[in-house]
Amino acid sequence: MIEQHAHKRQSIDWAMIGVYLALVLIGWLNIYASVHSSEPASMLAWSSRAGKQFVWILTSLGLAALILFVLPPRLWEGVCIPFYIVVVFLLVVVIFVSSDVKGSHSWFDLGPIRFQPAEISKISTSLLLSFILSQQNFRLSKFKDFMIAAAVIVLPMLIIVAESETGSALVYTGFIFVLYREGFSGWWLGLIGLVIALFIATLTAGAYWSVVGLIAVLVPFCVLTGSGGHPWRRILVGGLFVLFMAFLPGILEWACSLMEGHLDYLNHRIWVPQAHESAQTIWSFLPQIKPIYVLLVLSVGATPFLLFHAYWEKDQALAITVGAFLLGVALIFSTDYIFENVLQPHQQSRIEVLLGMKEDLAGVGYNVHQSKIAIGSGGLLGKGFLQGTQTTFGFVPEQTTDFIFCTVGEEWGFLGCLVVIALYTFLIARLIMDAESCRGNFTRIYGYCVASCIFMHLFINVGMTVGLMPVIGIPLPLLSYGGSSLWAFTILIFIFLALYRNEKKYF
Amino acid sequence: MKSDGRHIRLLIGLGAAALLLLGRIFTLQIVNEGYKEDADRNATIYETIYPTRGVIYDRNGEILVGNKVAYDILVNPREVEAFDTLALATVLDVDTEFIRSRLAEYNRRRRAIGFQAVTMIRNLPAETYMRFDEVKYKFPGFRGQVRSIRDYPVNAGGNLLGYVSEVNQSYLDSHPGEYRSGDYAGMTGIEAAREKELRGEKGYHIYLRNSRNQIEQPYKDGTMDKEAVPGHDIVTTIDATLQQYGQELMQNKVGSLVAIEPSTGEILALVSSPGIDVSMLADIGKHWNEISEDPYKPMYNRAVQASYPPGSVFKLVNGLIGLQEGVLRPEMMYSCSRGYSFGAGHKLGCHGHKSPLNMEESIMMSCNAYYCYVLKNILDNRKYGNVADGLDAWHDYVESFGFGRKLGSDFPAELSGSIPTSRTYNRSYGKGRWNSTTVISLSIGQGEILATPMHLANLCATIANRGHYYIPHIIKASEGVEIDKRFTEKQYTLVDTTHFPKVIKGMWRAVNSGAGMGGTAWIAHVDSLDICGKTGTAQNPRGADNSVFICFAPMDNPKIAVACYVENGGFGATYAAPMASLMVEKYLKRKIKRTDLEKRMKEANLMSRVKHD
Repeated sequence: MIEQHAHKRQSIDWAMIGVYLALVLIGWLNIYASVHSSEPASMLAWSSRAGKQFVWILTSLGLAALILFVLPPRLWEGVCIPFYIVVVFLLVVVIFVSSDVKGSHSWFDLGPIRFQPAEISKISTSLLLSFILSQQNFRLSKFKDFMIAAAVIVLPMLIIVAESETGSALVYTGFIFVLYREGFSGWWLGLIGLVIALFIATLTAGAYWSVVGLIAVLVPFCVLTGSGGHPWRRILVGGLFVLFMAFLPGILEWACSLMEGHLDYLNHRIWVPQAHESAQTIWSFLPQIKPIYVLLVLSVGATPFLLFHAYWEKDQALAITVGAFLLGVALIFSTDYIFENVLQPHQQSRIEVLLGMKEDLAGVGYNVHQSKIAIGSGGLLGKGFLQGTQTTFGFVPEQTTDFIFCTVGEEWGFLGCLVVIALYTFLIARLIMDAESCRGNFTRIYGYCVASCIFMHLFINVGMTVGLMPVIGIPLPLLSYGGSSLWAFTILIFIFLALYRNEKKYF
Repeated sequence: MKSDGRHIRLLIGLGAAALLLLGRIFTLQIVNEGYKEDADRNATIYETIYPTRGVIYDRNGEILVGNKVAYDILVNPREVEAFDTLALATVLDVDTEFIRSRLAEYNRRRRAIGFQAVTMIRNLPAETYMRFDEVKYKFPGFRGQVRSIRDYPVNAGGNLLGYVSEVNQSYLDSHPGEYRSGDYAGMTGIEAAREKELRGEKGYHIYLRNSRNQIEQPYKDGTMDKEAVPGHDIVTTIDATLQQYGQELMQNKVGSLVAIEPSTGEILALVSSPGIDVSMLADIGKHWNEISEDPYKPMYNRAVQASYPPGSVFKLVNGLIGLQEGVLRPEMMYSCSRGYSFGAGHKLGCHGHKSPLNMEESIMMSCNAYYCYVLKNILDNRKYGNVADGLDAWHDYVESFGFGRKLGSDFPAELSGSIPTSRTYNRSYGKGRWNSTTVISLSIGQGEILATPMHLANLCATIANRGHYYIPHIIKASEGVEIDKRFTEKQYTLVDTTHFPKVIKGMWRAVNSGAGMGGTAWIAHVDSLDICGKTGTAQNPRGADNSVFICFAPMDNPKIAVACYVENGGFGATYAAPMASLMVEKYLKRKIKRTDLEKRMKEANLMSRVKHD
């Protein structure tokens, strides 16, 4: 009896609601601070953004109460299919009826207020995905089932890309974490990570280092997973090979510099034309040896041998390693093609700026540069509430929406950033833990969906403001100014809280 | 579906991602200090206060280069609002089309310009600027800027002074950290050589601004502002009057006039003709094409960069070497039958004069044959064993006069000329396959000898000083301006000072013996000035001979040494001697009595004789 009572009291996760309220409040304060100098007004004045956000917050709290206390939690599982269909319909319609907002067609203009169906789509997709994955005989390992789950995720994603809201679409890739939790092979996760890493490495460090890095990753993999005999011998051979490749460019450059010195000497000290020419013919082959050629020759030589070895010894790990190596090399050499022909120019330039391949402080790089300056100038304790010069004087663009984190960084310093990120991490971790503690599949999977969405937004948004990610315009959940986003995340979180509470009622 | 620990892995991943973000933030905020400076730079605007550039004076305190005010119109394209184009065009006295096209261009370049102001019009007349100033409130985004530019009160020393212009990218690259785009710097001549002293230090006012570049308030009430430090003035050794006079004499001739004060090595005048008018310096950009397309290359400073055969003035050097070597005594007589015969039927010609003659007379009458004997005796001196060693000994003597090397003056672009050594002839004839007669034209300053007019002026100063010279220079030490101590050290030749008076006597007689006595330079005579000089007529492969003359005066305690080199001028006495002596007269008497000669020299136009590439 006492135990049951205790359960009942804990059935609403008040800690999570506390974190939610804290983040919303932090967001409101920082919105006020970032527009303070250009439109000084009371925090509650309707004319200012802070005043409007206050209204969004109040309505969000109303929505939260409605979901938590009034609506029956069972409702969500029931309506998820029609809800999903309606939202997809809205996503398509908005392309044709919306006005052009900075090149994207994703806003419904309803007089005084505007809203983005893409925000609601996160909710409907999460609900439908949870519904499908929680069916009794659903198995991700079955091809048909996997394709259904993938279609649920990819359909809204594609429509959102068509709305030119690539950033919002990117969030949907976060659902892969949900699939992983529900049995999707971890190797696929690793493979995706490797592809992204190779893509970036090839663009920044070049094909050579990318291949060397690939080998450096594959060798320990082969040693750790392989069954065949001598792990130490493999580590030794692989390690020596990677070391040699790592030093090869340096060695070649050194040799070339020696040769140039030689030519210089001939040129400037005792200039004898004949000697100069002969020296040129003797040494001219040196700079033409590119490290990548050495690497290719060695690879082409070693691959058949290793494949034969794998076949002979029935060493599956070695075979997979060699296969992954060949695939990786193919990817590395097609990277430039993909970059030039698949990505759009503005996406190319954002990636180039992020990877430091292009300095463009006036154009694309301006936002990130200013954002880094604002955060960087905050120091340990920050400049204090309303004391920021970068965000309030308008150097950082979009300072209330996509770049709200700059105001946190500038005015509250590293400690402020630490608190905000700790709150988010707590929120996400709490979602995962609560979801794990549920018996019902639907609630658990939905919890993971919410956690993934918040995580993707957090990582992409904060990563963008500190220059870890390319400029992708998505809001920081609960902090950024804007009704659509705040409502969407409120609904997303409180549906989980309602489901969770419902779950706990019966145990 | 059971978790199989996957939720733990996801939680670990979440923690790792959070740490990655925090690590990056930590790097930005705590580790990297640069962003704090960037933030200050972002929010503060530095308004540069330009220092006034140092003034360049002549040796008598007359201003050669001063400063005057120029008015520019700047425009900040982002602040421009709709305005009456016609009204602005009328006020600024330009076409409406001009304003439209400029604004259209700024609009095209708006990304590069950003929030900066760009210069739309330079060097506006003062009245126009004042008119604009009264109505500028009607034209938001447009403002005036007062800038100091160079002013040249006298037309003297266009080639020496050099010009000042806005720094370009390659200049910025070669002077990292010293200049910013839009700064001005000396590019040639004294302006470039003394840029460090002349430019001064920039100051600044600091203001707080917002992202639209609107100034909000002075930063910390202006306590952090810095005043500009004006540049140091430069005092040159130039005599403005003499320089100007030299330029007038040399007009319409190609060549050079160099005057040095022997007792200090200070350059009194340095004329390269054709040269650059100071009016061109003030706005070099406008005249750039005109200057660079001129076939006579006015930028080329012939006084220190042109290598010429010195001709007969070089006999003085050979005579002095002969005296020092003991192979020539002043009383030695050689005969000359209209030249010096050597080998099988070869003859180095000479003009008609009395024969035989001694050393003084050989200088006075400029006998070629005499110096053939002298050079032969120097080169074939038994103590050297062979002609190669003799020639190298001769070379060392010649070099001690400053020939064949850069004198080390404070001119950045000085050239060295050339004096042959045994290697020169071994290369062209083969070792042991040449002798003193092969190189006999060296005796009269022809052949492989090349010298700049500055070398010749320096030779003259050396003789005037009886055996030493000071490295010629153009900057005087003054407050805040130091000159290298090499300019105050005596440079001795390898010839004893005792031998010089004998040569000087010959030079005196060349000028002061009166017409009809055989002195080659009687035309250079000026009453009571005791000018000592030596003529030269140097072969020019492209047309008429070059006219050469060096002289100094007075004979005792010389005040001025002059070298004059006129391309295709004919005999030394035709143009070079009159002009050099006029320079001496102008400098020492400040008034010219020989007005007819002066008029003839100024009006002479030799340009049609000069063949250029």
